[in-house]
This record gives sequence, C-alpha cells and structure tokens, in this order.
Amino acid sequence: MPDTKGSASVTDVNEQLEPVTAPIGGSTSTPKATAGVAGQIRTQFKRLRSGDTGLVPITVGLLVLIVYFQVRNSVFLSASNLTNLSIQATIYILLGMAEIWLLLLGEIDLSVGYVAALGGVVGTILTDYQFHWAWYLALPLAVLLTTLIGVLNAVLVIRLRLPSFIVTLAGFLIWQGAVIYLVDHQGTGGAVPVQEKVLYDLVGGNLTPVATWLFVLLCVAGVAYLMIRGTQRRRANGLDTVPFFLTLTKIVLLVAVGILLIVVFNANRSTFVVLRGMPFAVPIDLALLAAGTFVLAKTRTGRYIYAIGGNSEAVRRAGVSVNRYRFIAFVATGFTAGIAGLLYSSRLGGISDSIDPTLTLYSIAAAVIGGTSLFGGRGKMVHAVIGGLIIAVIYNGMALLSMSPPTVYIVTGIVLLAAVTIDSVARRGGPQLR
Amino acid sequence: MEPTPEPPVASSETGGSGVGSSIANSLLSLRNVTKSFGAVQALRHVDLDVPPGKVTALIGDNGAGKSVLIQTIAGIFPPSTGEMYWRGERVHVHNPRNAADLGIATVYQDLALCNNLDIVQNMYLGREEKRHGVLDEIKMELETKRLLADLSVTTVQSVRQLVGSLSGGQRQSIAVARAVMRESQLVIMDEPTAALGVSQTAQVLALVRKLSERGIAVLLISHNLNDVFSVADYIAVMHLGVLVSSGPIANYDTTSAVELITTGASAKVPSSLVRAGHEG
Repeated sequence: MPDTKGSASVTDVNEQLEPVTAPIGGSTSTPKATAGVAGQIRTQFKRLRSGDTGLVPITVGLLVLIVYFQVRNSVFLSASNLTNLSIQATIYILLGMAEIWLLLLGEIDLSVGYVAALGGVVGTILTDYQFHWAWYLALPLAVLLTTLIGVLNAVLVIRLRLPSFIVTLAGFLIWQGAVIYLVDHQGTGGAVPVQEKVLYDLVGGNLTPVATWLFVLLCVAGVAYLMIRGTQRRRANGLDTVPFFLTLTKIVLLVAVGILLIVVFNANRSTFVVLRGMPFAVPIDLALLAAGTFVLAKTRTGRYIYAIGGNSEAVRRAGVSVNRYRFIAFVATGFTAGIAGLLYSSRLGGISDSIDPTLTLYSIAAAVIGGTSLFGGRGKMVHAVIGGLIIAVIYNGMALLSMSPPTVYIVTGIVLLAAVTIDSVARRGGPQLR
Repeated sequence: MEPTPEPPVASSETGGSGVGSSIANSLLSLRNVTKSFGAVQALRHVDLDVPPGKVTALIGDNGAGKSVLIQTIAGIFPPSTGEMYWRGERVHVHNPRNAADLGIATVYQDLALCNNLDIVQNMYLGREEKRHGVLDEIKMELETKRLLADLSVTTVQSVRQLVGSLSGGQRQSIAVARAVMRESQLVIMDEPTAALGVSQTAQVLALVRKLSERGIAVLLISHNLNDVFSVADYIAVMHLGVLVSSGPIANYDTTSAVELITTGASAKVPSSLVRAGHEG
C-alpha cells in the first residue's frame, strides 16, 4: 500500500492496465496523425457503431426512396418534378429548422405550424388589395409577430416554469383559432389570396439561369474553402485532421450536387413558355441553414444550447445564464416559423381556413427523421433539410403513383418510426448522452 | 509509511501551534465555524487549516458533517457563525461564485459534465475562447491536450471524444482538469473514487498527487482509508459535526483513524492533536 503513494508508480499501473490507449500528449502526435486510410475507416465504423451515425444512413434512405419512385414512375426525376419537390420540401425544412432550436434544449413546440400560418396570414392580408401595405413593411412585420410569439412562449416557459409541451399545445389551439378568425373575417370566402408580387415570388419566382450558376458556384466554392481552410489550420497547429482523401471525396460530392442542381434548375420545365432557374425558396432555405449552422457550431450561444440540452445543471454551475440561452432558442424558433409561414402562403397562393393541422407534426418529424433527438442535446440544422426532403419525396412520389392520402399518412408514419428505431438501435452500444 | 514528498516548508506545523500563525501559513482556514439547520447543528465550532499545495483528507462517518463542511466552503450555504480566512485574509463566501473567484473549485460526485459535448467543450464550458468573434476551437483543443498531458491524464484517445463515452475515472479526471484550468488554488473533491474500479481509482489518485505537485491544494472527502493513506499529506477527522482531530498523516494509522471516525477519540493519537470542539 505505501508503494502506491508515488504518482509515477500509479501512472505505471494505469498504462499496464490500459495498454491499447494512445497518449494524447503533444510530444507523441505527429502533425499528420491520421493513422492512414484503414485507421480512418475503422474510426468511422466505430462512430457508426457508437451511434454517432452522421448523415450517412438517412441519406442512403433518401436515395432508396428516390430510386424506388423513379423506377415506379419515370416522371419523378424530371427537372420539373424535382423543382416542384424542392418547393414542396421547403415548408417542412423551414418548420423543421424552427423546431430544432427547441428540440436541442429538450423542449418542444407543438404550435409552430399555426404560428407559421399566422405569420403567413398576416403577411398576406397586409399586402392584399384591401390593406395595400408595402411588402418591405408587411413581411418583416409578420416575421416580427411570430418572433414575439416566440418571446411569449419563452416567458411562459422560463419565468412561469410551465412545460413547453403544454404552453405550445395551448398555442396550437389559440393560433389555429387566430388564423381561422383572420381568414374568415376578410370577406374573401374562406381563404386569403396572395396579391403581392414579392410575396408570390418567394416561392413562385426564380433566379435567372446565370444567377443560378453563380449562386451554386458561390455556395460550392464557399463550403469547399471553409472545409480546406479548417483542415489546414488544424494541421498547421499539429492537430489530428481527417485524411485528405475524405475531404476530397466530400468536395467531389459537393461539386456533383452543385452540377446536379444547375442541370435540374436550369433545364426548361415548361412546354409552352421558357421556365428556367432556381426557385427563390432554395436560397432562402440555404441561407437559414447556413445561419443556423453557424450559430450552433461556431458561437457560444450554440455551444450553450447544446450544453443545456445535455445537462443544464452543469451549464448553470459553469456560471452561464441558462435562461438567457433558452430565451434565444425560443426567439429563433418564432423567427424561423415566420419565414416558413410566408413561404407557405407563397406556395399555396394564399392561406385558407382549412389549413393542414399536421404541419406541426411534420416539423417535428422532419427534424427527428433527419437525426435530431427529441430529448435534447443532439441535432443539427441540416437534419431538417434531409428530413424535410424525405417527407416531400414521399408526398411527391406517392402523388405521382396516385396513392391516396391515407396511404401517404401511413407510409410517412412508418418512415418516421423506422428512422427513430434505426437511431435508437444504433445508439444502444454507444455513450449515454443523457 | 514512506516520507511525504517534500518537507512542508511553507506550511505550519498544524495542530499544536498558535491559531494566528496557522492562519497566516494556510491557504484556507476556518475558525469556530458553526452551521445549524433549524435545531440540527450540522457543524459545531469547526477549526480547519488547509495548507497550500498539500492533499488534506477529510474523513468521517456518514452524517459526520463532511458534506456540510465542504458545501460551506464552496459557498452553497454560508456558515451560521464563524470565520473563514483565505491566504490569511478574512473572507466572506456567500455563494458559489465568491468561492470560484477566490480560486476554490469543487468537484461534486455528479461531476457536472455534459455527456453530449466532447472533452474540449466541457473543459471550456462557460469560458470559451474566441477568435474573430467565433469559437477558437484550435486554441481550446491545444490547451486541453497540453493540460491533460501535464496532468498525466493519458488514457483518453482523443480530446474530441464525447464525455459520455468516457469511463468513470476519465470523467472524474476531466472534471478535475477543468478545475485546474480555471486556475483554482484549492480543489475540493467529494468522494472521487467512490464509484470506481481499481485501475480507475489509481488513475484518479495519481491525478490528486499531480495537483499537489503543481502547488494546488486538494481537500479530499473519502470513505476509503486506503485511498486516504496512499495520497493524503494531512488528515482531518469529523465526528458528529465536530472536527475531532487533524494533523500530518504520519501521526495516524488505519486503526487510530477508524477509532476517530467511529468514536471521535483515539488512544493512539497524542492528545494535543485532538481538538476540543470549543477551542478558539
């Protein structure tokens, strides 16, 4: 027993008992400490096994769905249908992004669909022939309104300590009522039509083919630059980096997707007139994706939102104001929902009083199918994009196959269940995150 | 018992000497600290000196007041009466932030780590480094690697591992390393080895010694006398809210420590070392 007092001997015991682990000290790690291709693949496999599955399984699922629908109906992969698909997916993507802010905290927003619809209604009514507001006043005001609803939810949940599930369940009813009331009191027969060109163009308008080229080029070059620079900075500082071939593969894939987007969006998709270019909805999606990803990955706000979802008591003890960052997330949800609502109204050409009540549930489904946890602390903005695309693919593909709405509901439900099951099974062997 | 690693030059010969000089030579001193919860007296006239850069083990049976004592030091609840001195200066610790500002870090049993964040993110939680307005991941990762290597925490594969994937000993080590990173002078550890196996216990005890080598004082609560005798320089024994005995570890052995823990007195320990509860 006296022998164990010296620290050196204790450390020796450790090293004997756990011989496989590598030292993390700077002295032994070389600048390109990447253990080769085999090691990298093993690491990736380990990550898959431990449940840190990344986007691979869900992207494969998306591709399987696409292949299936294409085999069943060759119209599916036509330029016009894919463009339509990107517009259909937008509402699920944006609502999913709105939801993810709260899901990361371990909170939930059941009202997000009707909050979005309310924003859409307000933006639509204020710019119609009756009110005739300028779009640059009306549309920001609509988004401000939904943002304030986010503030209201935050106050109720944070100050009064009400569960977000109940607060937003009440919101689900209240804002639904508000939407129907507003729509029915316009004297336009159960629906408010979009009468402002800018609002219509949010989804209905397209970039010119040249602008589409430039936009895609800029996006691809920007992302590739950030990836390469990030790797180089890490290497310059002697830190482990992903191997070059992996970065290269990602960039090649990125370029391929970019070319695909240009081919799809710049093909003429109308028989009688020339209709080409990327719908405005896509850059809007990507802008919100970029902004959300930046905040979550690169700022303290994002770091604390994840941390609160993991262990809010630890965050509190670290001297961070937990409530401040919960507030920010609620506000971000309201803001994103407002944008989603404007695009929703734009896509439908207006908002009717029989608005789809499953919208909120699809927002949660999009996030969860993409890989975001319902229990907080795990998720990314890009999950909403992939999850939203999957829901849209199911909708779009099954419509092409003339399947009935009940079938669509059932299939979407099964896909949601499958996504969560795969996620849960994959994580069983991995670290306990909560 | 082998001798202590270095002679206690700066620290006083705790126990027998005058109160004034031990306050001046101690990192932290408590004098006549009492804590009552209603009718229950959890701490009764506790005098404790924690020397700088040494490992002090706080031992005692369940309900002896160990936890209340460290929570008082950590600012969870202020003492009912009594004084606290930090580097010889009278201080008042009303909340955890006061304690943290002095340089007192407490590693509770739950460790307060976020399992869904990686090691670097946990180490810097609440004090992230920024560069051009965004998180400076590279600086934080380099610093984390350097510190863990300094502390001989060598068993983690990558500092970008999620904390949820670490073993109990590794998690304990990360929690302690975080306290060190915050430039704490005193790290209080509550039962750090309670839930650990043999090799992991050895890992954590090695880390405790490492802190002491770096000049950081450790106040260690433990039920495990093996751990205490293998790592501590000083011992303080509590019994029913009274600090019944304290002094260099050489003055104690397992038998006398057990006697003090269970009965509050021991024939083997010289009487001058056993403090009457009402002195000072």
